[in-house]
Amino acid sequence: MIELYLFLIFMLIAAIIAIEIQDLLAAIISLGAVGFSVAIMFIFVHAPDLAIVQIVVEVLTVVIFVAVVLRTTHVDETIGKKLSGTQILSIVFYAFFVILFLTVMIRSLQELPAFGNATMKVAKEYIKLGLPQTGGANIVADVILDFRALDTLGEATVLFTSVIGVAALMRKVGRK
Amino acid sequence: MRGMSLIVKTITNSIIGFIFIYGLYIILHGHLTPGGGFAGGVIIAGAFVLKILAFGSGASAEKRSTTVASIFESVGALLFIGVAMSGLLLAGTFFLNFLPKGVPLHLLSAGIIPLCNIAISIKVGAGLFSIFLALAAMKYIVED
Repeated sequence: MIELYLFLIFMLIAAIIAIEIQDLLAAIISLGAVGFSVAIMFIFVHAPDLAIVQIVVEVLTVVIFVAVVLRTTHVDETIGKKLSGTQILSIVFYAFFVILFLTVMIRSLQELPAFGNATMKVAKEYIKLGLPQTGGANIVADVILDFRALDTLGEATVLFTSVIGVAALMRKVGRK
Repeated sequence: MRGMSLIVKTITNSIIGFIFIYGLYIILHGHLTPGGGFAGGVIIAGAFVLKILAFGSGASAEKRSTTVASIFESVGALLFIGVAMSGLLLAGTFFLNFLPKGVPLHLLSAGIIPLCNIAISIKVGAGLFSIFLALAAMKYIVED
């Protein structure tokens, strides 16, 4: 349990560095540190499926970010400048909503069961019926591709939409 | 995009096959061991990205690869929906596991789950690779 808190603190520091540093390459490396910490935390809580996905996606996103930054600019010029009036206003609004959200979240988190003692009403059925009903030995594959396949279809749609968005933003034909 | 040095090219040549095989293993054993279509697809996309980064490619090759990758992504999405729709047509329920379940812990088991894994891997791999190509080929668009 203590190692999870250590990784959380490390992730917070890395995320703040990623936002505040002026060199974009260093910011990407800090972002990668956050992602790999998430992967290590998944291993600590015995979730190898998620750890594998997190590691490979993190590697690919860091490589894509580095490839993009190497051919554009290295320096984030928005850091260190004086804030304009609208920016200060948006920061005030942002802080207000963060405080509102945190108070609601803390009150609702107190209602949850303790860490490691989930209620597992639906999950118990999945674990019991996973192998006999689908024949798949990996319970995660059983859930995401059989019991909850519609969720996976939605996730695939999200990825499809993001690819279409990137292709539309980066297109050559029809661009002014 | 320019290529890298001879050392990088040689090492890429020797390990890219292993990356492909590992990705295929993760995909095909998705219903038995941790991993699955998403992780395996990203690994295979990573192998393509490694090849492009190490050997470089011209603007025309990147444009052609983008077309092929988007075709593959659509094929993956259609395969996934096709598996779901065949459950609807053959047995009456969307995403029904209509194939025989087989012996647990064998490669040919779990009905439609391996097919879904393969479809998702094609879709995810081609999608992420086309995102990489669109972002990496951006320089040619800006300079034109």
